[in-house]
Amino acid sequence: MNKFKRLFLSIFASIILLSTSVLADKIKIGTEGAYPPWNAKDESGKLIGFEIELANFLCIYMKHECTIVEQDWDGMIPALVMRKFDAIMAGMSITPERMKTINFSQGYASDGASLAVMKGSPLEGMDTSAINLSSTDTATEKILADLTTALAGKTVCVQTATIHQNFLESGLVGKPTVRTYKTQDEVNLDVAAGRCDAGLADILAITDFAEKSGKPVVLTGPVYSGGPFGAGVGVGIRKGDNSKQGKKDAKLLKDFNKAIDTARKNGKISELAIRWFGFDASM
Amino acid sequence: MDLMIESFPRLLNATILTIELTLLSLFFGIFVGIFFAVLRTRKNKILNSISYYYSYIFRGTPLLVQIFIIYFGLGQVEWLRESFLWLIFKEPYSCAIIAFTLNTGAYTSEIFRSAFETIRKGVLEAADALGLNKMHVFFKIKLPIVIKQSLPAYGNEMILMLKGTSLASTVTLLDLTGVAKHIISTTFRPVEVFVVAGSIYLLMTFIIHNFIKILEKKLDYSK
Amino acid sequence: MGLLAYGDTGWGDELFFATLMTIAVAMTAIFIGFLLAGIFASFKLSNIRILNLFGSFYTTVFRGVPELLVIYLFFFGSSGAVMYVAKIFGYDGYIEVSAFLTGAISIGIISGAYSTEVFRGAIQSINRGQFEASEVLGLKKKIYYYKVIIPQMLRLALPNISNVWQITLKDTSLISVTGLVEIMRQSYIAAGSTRDPLFFYSFAAILYLFLTFLSLKLFNNLEKHYSKGY
Repeated sequence: MNKFKRLFLSIFASIILLSTSVLADKIKIGTEGAYPPWNAKDESGKLIGFEIELANFLCIYMKHECTIVEQDWDGMIPALVMRKFDAIMAGMSITPERMKTINFSQGYASDGASLAVMKGSPLEGMDTSAINLSSTDTATEKILADLTTALAGKTVCVQTATIHQNFLESGLVGKPTVRTYKTQDEVNLDVAAGRCDAGLADILAITDFAEKSGKPVVLTGPVYSGGPFGAGVGVGIRKGDNSKQGKKDAKLLKDFNKAIDTARKNGKISELAIRWFGFDASM
Repeated sequence: MDLMIESFPRLLNATILTIELTLLSLFFGIFVGIFFAVLRTRKNKILNSISYYYSYIFRGTPLLVQIFIIYFGLGQVEWLRESFLWLIFKEPYSCAIIAFTLNTGAYTSEIFRSAFETIRKGVLEAADALGLNKMHVFFKIKLPIVIKQSLPAYGNEMILMLKGTSLASTVTLLDLTGVAKHIISTTFRPVEVFVVAGSIYLLMTFIIHNFIKILEKKLDYSK
Repeated sequence: MGLLAYGDTGWGDELFFATLMTIAVAMTAIFIGFLLAGIFASFKLSNIRILNLFGSFYTTVFRGVPELLVIYLFFFGSSGAVMYVAKIFGYDGYIEVSAFLTGAISIGIISGAYSTEVFRGAIQSINRGQFEASEVLGLKKKIYYYKVIIPQMLRLALPNISNVWQITLKDTSLISVTGLVEIMRQSYIAAGSTRDPLFFYSFAAILYLFLTFLSLKLFNNLEKHYSKGY
């Protein structure tokens, strides 16, 4: 093998070695970085937000060394399963569907969802009472029926693979046209551009957009929780099993739960929530 | 294995959108292509440059950038949103077709242009000698030659366009790739979905390839 | 224009590094493609039927299936695949495959399919006489391939390699899916943050045009250089 081939092969081999790494015993937490005020990036590209700060505190309580890693929302659960990181803190709600693939810690915060429209939209001004879809009484059913009529034939935009998409596709409000986007940002852009009759998202995400963009986006309709909207936001963790990694995952789940208990008892979650959300969204 | 069977009907359904996007874009693209190819044959410097730069820009930038500019970029423009054009640019479907058409139009114009250039002078001189008028020459002599010459390269372009429609999934459209991706990300079984979706694309590629071959045979006057 | 400023207030520096990343991924990808093309072109040219089939399978699949689908296959499947292979060798831990490598390999495999056809076509168009003369001179196959055939093949293939490079360069825009920060992804981030997609995607287009322009110049010079004496 001549000089050049050898040189080339060794450069090639080192590129491969340098870019694969064996994971040491630290915890990586995955977040989206595009869902303010839960998680976002500032102008210099640094990750900021409620969950970033909470994650750092939880790691202190757990006495683990943590790094926070960015991940696109639609690859979030696969990335966790593939062990790109060990926990998800990305405004991900606890739902039975997701629990088929991963485990969740107890919820640490929750917020309702709502429809968002531009000022002047025919959907503006609908009744804004809160409804919980886990218990369907006649009042809730009436509201859902009204919604079905209001949304018939309309286009509602949501972020892909979210509880909001699940709700619209669940049949509880008939069959509006649902458009899914990669990020909440794209949803916001198209709602503001008038391409969607309405958007459905977390209230905090909507108000954040309204404030930062100055666009006349208003909430309309009921505040949703429960049912397809899940049971609050929790930490996503791989399901444990009997392998070496599986046992580590099971332990991590316990550690997170203990840490969340601590953070709740000493008021840390409430403090961070009030700072980032403007109200105490802790669970 | 069962995932492959399970996902097949959904993927097949999404293929309809893929076929629509491909055929419509190619159809409009041919006209755009001929138009700009003819512009290049003109002696007028301005027309020539317009065509040159159109082709340069749409072949020199990724299709993804083009579709994002047309869909997200133009969606930002206030006066567009208030004009009647908004009816077109509002829908991701039409935005995608516009982007695909402009893109394939550029490649098609290059194919036709080089075909125009290979028309032997002798043929044009003969037409002149016979006293045929310009329209006649163009439609009855130049165009048929160009079409026959372009077939192999155009067949290639048809396949490239078919693959290009997969980018419609980046602007909310649920074509074959969009649905495939959705299934992959919810079941975490990329290989099986890739095999099914990939096979559907390969089947369509095969059909296009043979369609062009048949056309080539039919148009081969010398046999 | 302040949006493009270098430093903390503007996106200029991010976009600059993103451009470097685009070039880096494209170059890595095209070289991976060349390696694959070397293998598969020889498969397609060999006398052994099975190898021919392998070669055709490779070029048909990876030129016929959309790039996005190939990228999703590698993005969602890569860590699993690498770990699967490692397990066979007894390693049970976690291996992370970087976004850079995932992207470069997916584009590289596609680029390789095109390069395979280019190499094959180039070798086939070399005058038979070259092969015969080499045999007559008593040169061994390995030697004359290396010293006679391949240099000529490179010269013949150059214009088409230029095309493959253009394709590879533009395909890198699709790796934004994997999170790698190249031009497209950086523009996406900037557009989202400033809510100004028109500006940033248009600027991205300009960046790509610039790279295309440079590449064409580079290949023109290469072609001139290697055509000396012809």
